[in-house]
Amino acid sequence: MDFSQVSWPEIGQATLDTLDMLGLSALFTFLVGLPLGIVLYLTSKGALLQNRPFYAAVSLVINVLRSFPFVILMIAVIPLTRLLVGTSLGVRGSIPPLVIAAAPFFARLVETSLREVDRGVIEAAQSMGASYRQIVWKVLLPESLPGLLAGITITTVTLVSYTAMSGLIGGGGLGDLAIRYGYQRFEKEVMIVTVVILIALVQILQMIGDKLVQRFSRR
Amino acid sequence: MIRLEGITKHYDTGSRRVTALSGIDLAVAKGEIFGVIGHSGAGKSTLLRSINLLERPTSGRVIVDGTDLTALGTKQLQEQRRKIGMIFQHFNLLSSATVEDNIAFPLKLAKTPKADIRRKVSELLELTGLTEHRFKYPSQLSGGQKQRVGIARALAADPQVLLCDEATSALDPQTTNSILSLLLDINERFGLTIVLITHEMHVIRSICDRVAVIHEGTLVEQGRVVDVFLKPQHPVTLEFVEQVSDPVELPPAADLAARLLKITFLGERTYEPILSKAVQATGVTFSILQGTISKLKQVPYGQLVVKLEGDGAAIERTIETLRADGLDVEVA
Repeated sequence: MDFSQVSWPEIGQATLDTLDMLGLSALFTFLVGLPLGIVLYLTSKGALLQNRPFYAAVSLVINVLRSFPFVILMIAVIPLTRLLVGTSLGVRGSIPPLVIAAAPFFARLVETSLREVDRGVIEAAQSMGASYRQIVWKVLLPESLPGLLAGITITTVTLVSYTAMSGLIGGGGLGDLAIRYGYQRFEKEVMIVTVVILIALVQILQMIGDKLVQRFSRR
Repeated sequence: MIRLEGITKHYDTGSRRVTALSGIDLAVAKGEIFGVIGHSGAGKSTLLRSINLLERPTSGRVIVDGTDLTALGTKQLQEQRRKIGMIFQHFNLLSSATVEDNIAFPLKLAKTPKADIRRKVSELLELTGLTEHRFKYPSQLSGGQKQRVGIARALAADPQVLLCDEATSALDPQTTNSILSLLLDINERFGLTIVLITHEMHVIRSICDRVAVIHEGTLVEQGRVVDVFLKPQHPVTLEFVEQVSDPVELPPAADLAARLLKITFLGERTYEPILSKAVQATGVTFSILQGTISKLKQVPYGQLVVKLEGDGAAIERTIETLRADGLDVEVA
């Protein structure tokens, strides 16, 4: 094996692109997924704003999006991607499909975490005259913080593998490099280097996530 | 202070309709400790939750401190709820907040200035004996300490009413007593009106002024604790009374030369030698067949079943003397 042939500047650039994609897509995933998860929770059966038709409709859309294999979703949303960011290529072009794939997933994780919050605590807050907004901000979110952090970690790690896949449609980043050099040109060294970087990335993210969860667990 | 008028609550579960409460009328005076006792499923929890409308009754009116809560909109109701503190069987503290922050919670909801919050929280920590635990999280506290945090939190917004939902049911007997005496102390110190629900007669006997017995969604008996406790009318009430003391029952009369009496003493009279003075004057003899002497809240009481033996006329005179002394005497 000869790693001297590997173009390190190119690897460096691809790593930065991956981090760029990951950061932006994670940010938008959380911005979309968190409110969506809160709405799902609030309108679910037995919750504060129970609304069964609404819940069923949102739930269906989420399930549909989650059933799509990412590779297919990525291609299917190209027109929408062009509309949103003007291109379907590069880091920018990869953000919409990544968010569309990950946000419903994250919303479900948020819903599940919120459901873990003790009903009694919510009732206590209501008895103290808390408004719905206060219940969300001062009870639900702080009480479910460890679960939310775990959800953020899982979602980010999932996004790492999605960003690699987006290389298939010219998304750039480490996945793109692995496909072009490693797969199409049989340069297995490049393949190995990218995979190792991705593994390291996942390890680091998971470690940070676990630490944060631990830091905020009070049970 | 609190008036419930014709409270009825139905739950519709699919095709079946379950009636949790039917036609409840209740009035709680300012500054009193009012207990509602009932078995689980009797509707006591629903009754308590309808006072602050955590459960909205199907029909009826809830009036707290002159305001008809059932007529209010969401915003105004949230405003009114701040005047009604509540504590819970499972404490329901924020696990992600320290003792201090839990107590400050209702004040933060009401957007109270920081300096006022700090002062109030310190006062409450002192009152509930939690000062040294102020930076701990609920998971680091014992059950009794958690309930103290619950009480401090409920008092933070200076409520006029405190609702207690089985507040001592998850605690051991010793801790139960310390929580009960804290509640009594608060009631006396601040003139706070307390409504509590429980399935333990011990709780009613220790701190309540008046009691209502709830059974299958209706109040089957209510009145002063002494009256309900000493003369239970409904079979369910009797069951509860038997939790804390053997029933003192008057057996049927046996022979003619003797009379069986059930004598009830109340208050300071309990400790006076009334019976012994009466028999000395009339010359009859007595033997105690059964009896109990204890306290209700701080009021001593006694119930004795005695057999009087002697001359028939002397026995009659003894009974009259006892009655003239203000004792409650039942003759078999």
